[in-house]
Amino acid sequence: MRSMARAATTTDAFNAVAEPRRRQILDLLAGGEEHAVNDLVQRLGLAQPQVSKHLRVLREVGAVDVRDVGRQRLYRLNGQALKPIHDWVSSYAHTWSERFEALDTVLEDLKQSEAAQKEHGHGHQ
Amino acid sequence: MATSSGTAIITLPSDEEILITRHFDAPKHLVYRAWTTPELVTRWWAGHRGTMTSVEIDLRVGGRWRYVMAHGEGSEIAFHGDFREIVPNERIVTTEVFEMPGVDEGPEPPLNVVTFTEVGGRTRLELLVQTGTKELRDTILESGMEGGMQEQMDLLEALAQSLA
Repeated sequence: MRSMARAATTTDAFNAVAEPRRRQILDLLAGGEEHAVNDLVQRLGLAQPQVSKHLRVLREVGAVDVRDVGRQRLYRLNGQALKPIHDWVSSYAHTWSERFEALDTVLEDLKQSEAAQKEHGHGHQ
Repeated sequence: MATSSGTAIITLPSDEEILITRHFDAPKHLVYRAWTTPELVTRWWAGHRGTMTSVEIDLRVGGRWRYVMAHGEGSEIAFHGDFREIVPNERIVTTEVFEMPGVDEGPEPPLNVVTFTEVGGRTRLELLVQTGTKELRDTILESGMEGGMQEQMDLLEALAQSLA
């Protein structure tokens, strides 16, 4: 995991999703169905060479798989390749989860001492 | 991972922002107190990663804060910043600088906007980190990973067991 943060090559998943259009393509494929290039071209409103270029980058990092059916090239999402990004954000979340769990304990103490003060204020022993 | 307490939710609202949302089973004035009182911050800010060796909070606009955490074999990491906006029990805006050799502070450090919202005796805490650039946001997310001891032990459970 450590090495992954360092290995910022042009062909890792992070780089692949850094481009807004490529994220759009991933969103379109997120439903899990296969889409032909023409279909993606139409939905994105971009020129075919541009779409093909983005698809090539996504294919290089394994974010999409492609297969040829007759004269059509069909693309589908490969979620596994995007897992490093999920893990990356999760680890940041993990740092904060730890803090917040410790904060829960602090708050429990504060609530108790506040309740005890109220009790004391009412003259109970 | 699952505990009775809330789960922190992290989203990336834009290329330059990180938003962390968490609910606490306590009224907001207590969450605010735990967030802004040095002795209390000492108890939670390090999480599992080490122990706080210094927590300074000068809670006024223009005032400075600085946290130092020791972890591993004597290594220390420190963060500091200043308060830009303070609305007691409601909202705090601070800068946050990670003091680390080789980490560029940049002309304008990241801004943390913390809001405390009470809903039915519970508090929703939102921490919005505004990094100014995508590169800095990514660096911050990476630093969470760099320091990321991936222990799965639940601190809350450990504390509960030590009290039993």
